[in-house]
Amino acid sequence: MAAKSIISRPVYGTLSPQPGKHHLFVADAEGALAIGEMAERTPPGFFDGAEIVFIPGPDRKHVAALEALKPAQFHEAPSFASLLPRLRQTLANAHMGLRLYLSGTEGLIGQAMQAALEAGIDHTSIQTEHRGSLARRMQCVHCKGITENVTTQPATCAHCGLLLLVRDHYSRRIAAFQGVCINAEDRSEIPPMEEIFR
Amino acid sequence: MGITFRNETFRDDFTFRNSPEHIRRFPFPFHEDAYMYAVNIEPHVVGPKGSVLENLIDVDEHYVAEMQDRAMVLAEDPLRCQSLPHMTLAGWDLLELLMEQQAQGYPEHFTLTRDGDRWRWINRPLGIDDTFTFGDTSTLPYGPMEYITRQSQGDFCILDQRDGNLWMDAGMVTTQADWSLDFDIGMNFFEWHAPVPLAHEKGIFTRALKFLTNIQQGKPARRLNWTMTINPRLDTSPENYHKWGPDRTTVTPENVGDKVHLRVELQSFWRLPRSNGIVFPIRCYLIKMDELVTQPKWARRLHRVIRDLPDELANYKGLTRYRPTLVEWLSKLDDGSPTSPGFGPY
Repeated sequence: MAAKSIISRPVYGTLSPQPGKHHLFVADAEGALAIGEMAERTPPGFFDGAEIVFIPGPDRKHVAALEALKPAQFHEAPSFASLLPRLRQTLANAHMGLRLYLSGTEGLIGQAMQAALEAGIDHTSIQTEHRGSLARRMQCVHCKGITENVTTQPATCAHCGLLLLVRDHYSRRIAAFQGVCINAEDRSEIPPMEEIFR
Repeated sequence: MGITFRNETFRDDFTFRNSPEHIRRFPFPFHEDAYMYAVNIEPHVVGPKGSVLENLIDVDEHYVAEMQDRAMVLAEDPLRCQSLPHMTLAGWDLLELLMEQQAQGYPEHFTLTRDGDRWRWINRPLGIDDTFTFGDTSTLPYGPMEYITRQSQGDFCILDQRDGNLWMDAGMVTTQADWSLDFDIGMNFFEWHAPVPLAHEKGIFTRALKFLTNIQQGKPARRLNWTMTINPRLDTSPENYHKWGPDRTTVTPENVGDKVHLRVELQSFWRLPRSNGIVFPIRCYLIKMDELVTQPKWARRLHRVIRDLPDELANYKGLTRYRPTLVEWLSKLDDGSPTSPGFGPY
């Protein structure tokens, strides 16, 4: 779990079954474990009205376990970018009573929540549980480019190349932490790069 | 007699200066010889003639140059002005407020004529004479918020009020002290203030939010905030931090008086009548040390404030690198004699 931090940094909980007719799960990698643990506490027939969208790791671990929950629909996607059109369609056509559950890496939770916000879903109604990597999505405040899977502090912007301090300040709308040039005042000061978001 | 608008710049050759009258009316933010956060909010009522509070929306000698600088910032980065889709009505509210206030305070420069929804707005300093239909965005060259804030000094944030919170859902922000509208838009009051040190623990934001959500129409409030800026640069955005940041390494004992500026924000808070939003103008005033120390009390007090500022605050305000040089320079103007209470120069 992430350490206590500033108020804009997202706080994640533990998935728990919500009252509702339809349940949409979006998960990646170890996020499947959060769904599995929640399934032990769900009433019989809960997954009859559920759709699980899953992005497994390269080893396709946890796919069989999720299929065994017998959701109404199970969809496996190779990446978040590839599932986004489908997710947007599902959210746009959703009726009242759809409940959303997100579990896995921060990048997955953040980007799925971003799609949900765009569809008008209140972020406080969404169940989240963080599992797996602490790697961050970071937006460079200077060039606005997003760098995925940032594990170091500071980190190099994949777009403009500036050396960025990865802040805890987080935007749900952008689904990213803010990166600000760490040596803007004197470019000759190059602090050591440490791997801290694993 | 109207205002004589200065022809000056806030970038490149930095020709910005304050006239002697504008030095005396500068909103010095320290009422005692020390500074710590406080919920220093008070009713925004008209103050003495010749002060920045003579009118509730202040227009000064820097008006035209500031509007030119804003146009340059927007041409480079249009993301400095954004409004989420549900905020258009609040934009019209703001347009009405700023047109009314500027026309009332400065009739020689601004005129607003209304015939039902048909409005005519004359802005003489900027050479604008437009007739439009209030509420019909297609009759203006920009959205209502952008249109009027291209003609009004200061940054403007429009906050939507819902769920007992305030949400930063629209803004024109080109003269900010190092925060990004593009990143913070859509955040609530606590989220966009998240990076501010010390104040959350003191309960400052909880109390401030309670006050702000209760602001009534026709009863605006205000507070002062401050920081320091090297060179009279309005656009100290995080977006351009890698461009202006190196300025902080250029302060020497010889150039402190010319380069180091006290930057004061007069923040005010107004309830908007149709949208029930709150508009939060952040009006920025700059004064270089050479100008400020022409008032001996201000020189003594600023020396004591900067010298005794907690390191965490100095760091947050970006002063750390040049603070010793500044304190040394100011110390020569502080004979240790007492300063009178209050903000004024005497």
